[in-house]
Amino acid sequence: MADAKINPFNLSCPVPRVADDRIVLAHGGGGRLTHQLIEKIFMPAFSNAALEQRHDGAVVPVNGTRLAFTTDSFVVRPLIFPGGNIGDLAVNGTVNDLAMCGARPLLEMETLRTVVASMQQAAANANVQLVTGDTKVVDKGKGDGIFVNTSGIGVIESNVKMPIGPASVQPGDAVIVSGDLGRHGIAILSVREGLEFESPILSDCANLWPAVEALLNAGIEIHCLRDLTRGGLATTLNEIASDRNICIRLEEALIPVDEVVQGACEILGLDPLYVANEGRFALFVAEAQAQAAMEIMRRVEVSQRSVRVGKVEESPGRTVILQSRIGGNRVVDMLSGEQLPRIC
Amino acid sequence: MKFLSEYRDPKAAEKLAATIRQKVTRPWTIMEICGGQTHTIVKSGLEDLLPKEITLVHGPGCPVCVTPIELIDKAVAISKRPDAIFCSFGDMLRVPGSAKSLFDAKAEGADVRIVYSPLDALKLAKANPQKQVVFFAVGFETTAPANAMAVWQADHDGVENFSILVSHVLVPPAMEALLSSEQCVVQGFLAAGHVCTVMGFEEYFPIAEKYKVPIVVTGFEPLDLLEGIHMTVSQLEEGRHGVENQYTRAVRREGNRPAQKTISEVFEISPRQWRGLGEIPASGLQLRGRFQKYDANRRFPFRGEPAKESAECISGLILQGLKKPRECAAFAVKCTPENPLGAPMVSSEGACAAYYHYGRRENQSLQPELSGPARR
Repeated sequence: MADAKINPFNLSCPVPRVADDRIVLAHGGGGRLTHQLIEKIFMPAFSNAALEQRHDGAVVPVNGTRLAFTTDSFVVRPLIFPGGNIGDLAVNGTVNDLAMCGARPLLEMETLRTVVASMQQAAANANVQLVTGDTKVVDKGKGDGIFVNTSGIGVIESNVKMPIGPASVQPGDAVIVSGDLGRHGIAILSVREGLEFESPILSDCANLWPAVEALLNAGIEIHCLRDLTRGGLATTLNEIASDRNICIRLEEALIPVDEVVQGACEILGLDPLYVANEGRFALFVAEAQAQAAMEIMRRVEVSQRSVRVGKVEESPGRTVILQSRIGGNRVVDMLSGEQLPRIC
Repeated sequence: MKFLSEYRDPKAAEKLAATIRQKVTRPWTIMEICGGQTHTIVKSGLEDLLPKEITLVHGPGCPVCVTPIELIDKAVAISKRPDAIFCSFGDMLRVPGSAKSLFDAKAEGADVRIVYSPLDALKLAKANPQKQVVFFAVGFETTAPANAMAVWQADHDGVENFSILVSHVLVPPAMEALLSSEQCVVQGFLAAGHVCTVMGFEEYFPIAEKYKVPIVVTGFEPLDLLEGIHMTVSQLEEGRHGVENQYTRAVRREGNRPAQKTISEVFEISPRQWRGLGEIPASGLQLRGRFQKYDANRRFPFRGEPAKESAECISGLILQGLKKPRECAAFAVKCTPENPLGAPMVSSEGACAAYYHYGRRENQSLQPELSGPARR
């Protein structure tokens, strides 16, 4: 072994791989490639005032009323997972996108007819009606399973003064999350073939409107709301930091993660900051109103574990920084593709 | 969380860091062997707590990074067989081969599945007798027992449609290769805790003695690393070069004997190609005698095009601790996780990925502003 020498002429590396010339799975992953797809392909083609809000839904004025409109497709596997199924996910996902605009949900449409009981239950809980739908059946092998698309319309009441969206985020704002992170992603992962592990974790899939409604009714001046779906908290905050050229500074010790979720993440090598949620949101609000906002949210079931996790600063721009538990600082980057379980 | 938060305690961390600062009188370069340790260091911002005299360089202990490009090409070719289910640990999927990665193959329709254990792949083989189920058996001594067990079990149960594509490497020969290089800058090692959980640390004594280098078996949490650094610095400052064990809660001197027995029953030591480092004699494992019928390399003969090399990627130098990712001209410019030039940019244990995801990319400070935030 003593003779083992490193051969300097044998440093092998692959040729560059081009990700721009075709669509790969990561383009749908909610991370950097999804962001690039939106900014490079869709924005230049369809740019308009509503799209440029870069928000979860579009806010469109109609005869003096501000309507919020959103659409979302659901392709989750497995179709039924601990804590929910594709049906209530499809309803809550769209209701939540409207809630993030500060809009009370009115209608649901264009929904594939399946997992009806859950959808009916979720719609009843959110006080929305399914008013139109469409069904397609395709040949076997051309999209097997169930895919659901839901679109929704909401109305923004006159008590919403400031536009709710990234444009209203200011240095000095507090960042509040509405509960512990990562439940939905881990619940899905725990039943995925090849990765089964025993876990009592249920998806957090839930309607967020009651929390938003409570904040609006209390007169909290909401700067921005975002539900923390694909890509989790880290991706959402990166999008806002990047859009507004600001710095969002987090404290790891304040970020709520359930022990079971934390344990699963440790074993699999995942970061809960990037794991998907379906019943959690981030709130940006002026520091002076942060405490009041948290107290209001904690009185609503869906957001009873609300906690302040960070703040907005002016610089360094386009950056999310996290102070670790031991006091070091690091960048929280946007996710590249989906998180993968590690080797050892 | 119990058994976790204790090892991330800020007060204990600061106390250990202060002890290190007191002890250090001159510059020292210490290499952590394992990519998991590299990620903890960068992710927890641990270098913020260390005195500037200490330079941490990142070692070759990333199984994804050192798997030869030819083997990735072979994996992709096998995965494209219509009768194949190709199973792998998750972070091998993004690693670029000559032309494509396993992820690309999956996007093109290959049946590539992420599993968490080779025994899950064996289960798939039993459930799909008409398919050939191949598991990508990569890794250091840490993953070898489970891979050996899957082959042993397949043999025991007579599962003939299961095989493994082996790329097993061993830590001590790589350390010797690094130390015998004239360019070597490493003065002390943090040995990889989980490798030692399996193998123990007796084989490190001759290395420490021969090269006069302290070796401290170290865990993976921030406090483990600070304590490992403290023990290494103490040896260096006192002119000692022994083998010590920081990770006593997981590692015994003799290691896990039943695991070692399973490894040696199924595998034998062989020369191995290391991506970025070249061939190192007696540095890997291959299937032994009667288990060779489970070798995917033999079952699926494949002759690929010779792998092309990128002149810009310096992953060989990174894996030897001779350069840091930010010293590479391509880092975060031409080489990103979306368009990687080399494996260290995509592996969850790769040094370049750690710097890219958690580190500052320019000369900007991450420290909080001292005054309150300015309002617009």
